[in-house]
Amino acid sequence: MMMHLTRHPIEVNDLLAQVQGPERGGTCMFLGTVRNDGDITGIDYSAYEAMAFSEIERILGDAQDRWPDARVMLQHRLGLIPVGEASIAIAAAAPHRDHAFAACRFVIEEVKKRLPIWKKEMHADGSGIWVDPSGKPVAEGLRDR
Amino acid sequence: MGKISVRFFARYAELAGCNWSAVNVETPATVADVIARVREVFPGTRELPPKPLAALNQRQAKLETPVRDGDEVALLPPLSGG
Repeated sequence: MMMHLTRHPIEVNDLLAQVQGPERGGTCMFLGTVRNDGDITGIDYSAYEAMAFSEIERILGDAQDRWPDARVMLQHRLGLIPVGEASIAIAAAAPHRDHAFAACRFVIEEVKKRLPIWKKEMHADGSGIWVDPSGKPVAEGLRDR
Repeated sequence: MGKISVRFFARYAELAGCNWSAVNVETPATVADVIARVREVFPGTRELPPKPLAALNQRQAKLETPVRDGDEVALLPPLSGG
């Protein structure tokens, strides 16, 4: 069984293999990658791992309840992730594309609301800044030294 | 009296100066009572918002949720996964 949390680069083909099958003709894949904002060199992701794992199981279960004919899998990477590499991948496959797109979209939106995971932007000067969900850094006084 | 495990993550762990601790609260008590006690014990956590996001036994919980001896309360900074 695929682990939902990993500290290694995400293998997209492994994720696809978990959801694809001859009866599912539409597959949708979402990748979230670390963006080059300013002088960011990477993002350090941390998690409340036990809760995050359970919450991922619940999110995937909720998706299964809504789209019983779909198969959805997700993997979130933790630790320091360089710009350009994926922090999350979601694969959804269903008999037709509508359910694949809908299930994939549902899962990433629930991830944003429910997963106890945090990111710290790492900058070229070696400093790190915790990011709040609106994408703004927290108060300057909390900046790492 | 109930003993509640408390976990801190990300920026809140930096404010608290630790990742894990335990506090005693007079029962009956709620998640909010645990957080009030945490603010007394860990001065750095007074910078937490008035109503921080919290989890009780690994599920997000409202601040008025009752706690029992042996429970775990986690204080969660604004979530930013994905």
